[in-house]
Amino acid sequence: MKPLLRFEAVTLRRGGRPLFERLELTLGPGEALHLAGPNGSGKSSLLRLAAGLLRAEGGVVERTSVALADDALSLDRELPLGKALRFWAAGADQAIEAMGLARLADVPVRLLSSGQAKRATLARVAASGAPLWLLDEPLNGLDGDGVERLDSLIAGHRAAGGAVLAASHSALNGDWARLELGQ
Amino acid sequence: MSGPGLKRLIARDVRRAVSGAAWLPIAFFLLVATLVPFAVGPDAQLLGSIGGGALWIAALTAALLPIERLVEPDRADGVLDQLALHGVAEESVAVARVVAHWLTFAPPLLLAAVPGAIILGLTPAALRAALVALAVGTPGLAALAVAVAALTAGLPRAGGVAAILLLPLAVPLLIFGAAASGGGGSSALLLEGAVSLLIVAGAPFVAGAAIRAGRT
Repeated sequence: MKPLLRFEAVTLRRGGRPLFERLELTLGPGEALHLAGPNGSGKSSLLRLAAGLLRAEGGVVERTSVALADDALSLDRELPLGKALRFWAAGADQAIEAMGLARLADVPVRLLSSGQAKRATLARVAASGAPLWLLDEPLNGLDGDGVERLDSLIAGHRAAGGAVLAASHSALNGDWARLELGQ
Repeated sequence: MSGPGLKRLIARDVRRAVSGAAWLPIAFFLLVATLVPFAVGPDAQLLGSIGGGALWIAALTAALLPIERLVEPDRADGVLDQLALHGVAEESVAVARVVAHWLTFAPPLLLAAVPGAIILGLTPAALRAALVALAVGTPGLAALAVAVAALTAGLPRAGGVAAILLLPLAVPLLIFGAAASGGGGSSALLLEGAVSLLIVAGAPFVAGAAIRAGRT
């Protein structure tokens, strides 16, 4: 079966310092990989590489279409949350419901708390329809209910043949392969 | 996965510009036009002969004001990254932005040029020539503003750097635009149109490459 993401001998340097060299990585349908490692070990850079937003120094990155949730909110602050999310995906309502944001749909984005904003970025990923999800510190700011909702979204996505690549310092629930960077 | 189309991008940019401070460059334009009679005195003949050029200087300085909100907010907030993930080319983003910026910048500027021309003592014929020249030049000015905004996005003191970058590049527009406003005839207007079209055609590629190169 064709993998959703494949790194072949990928080397990345930031500011002249190698973050990783000749990294091999394959992510197929239904798989999930937890990226771990100390601060500055290149977890976020690896996600941006996988998203195609950075170019590798060497090696090949192959991927399908991806959705990324990182620190950037990327939602228009003056719009109500529902409308701001629908700018990115017309059918966002189901994802809004799934992340428990339904009662906030009419609230302007600028009034959201950081945890609610995190839920919104995760809802955008869920609504994207992309087979590969890239999540940068998905648990930051989430409460217990948020974590549960994210877990069930990820489980559903994997069951439907999707893959997830997540960078996180905390342990992730469920069955994840693990890649330790910066060693 | 299909991203927002060009029409939705333009609609979003127009909405954000209008709900932001779209009137600010226009107020600035009128203010600069008002300063000229104070600086050179109320001599109607002198004002009439420099009025067309003064309108252009006012338009150029007004074009500098919106630059910092054209690209940087969306770069910093990850919107440009998300658009790339949704398969929207950076060049398309730049085209949408040029169109939206022109729509929110040029019509109010042309409206404001009427009181501006009266302040500067332009005759009705000179006003007409100035309006045509501004209408032909503003697409180039809008495209230049977007390209410079993309080139300076994320830099410290971007506003100052943008001014130093934009004003020299706008000199060809200024030369032919002011000549067309000041009765330089149709050849000046044609050359101004050529310069304006050239900038409109090139700016999206410059802006697109700048957005890509600016990713970290």
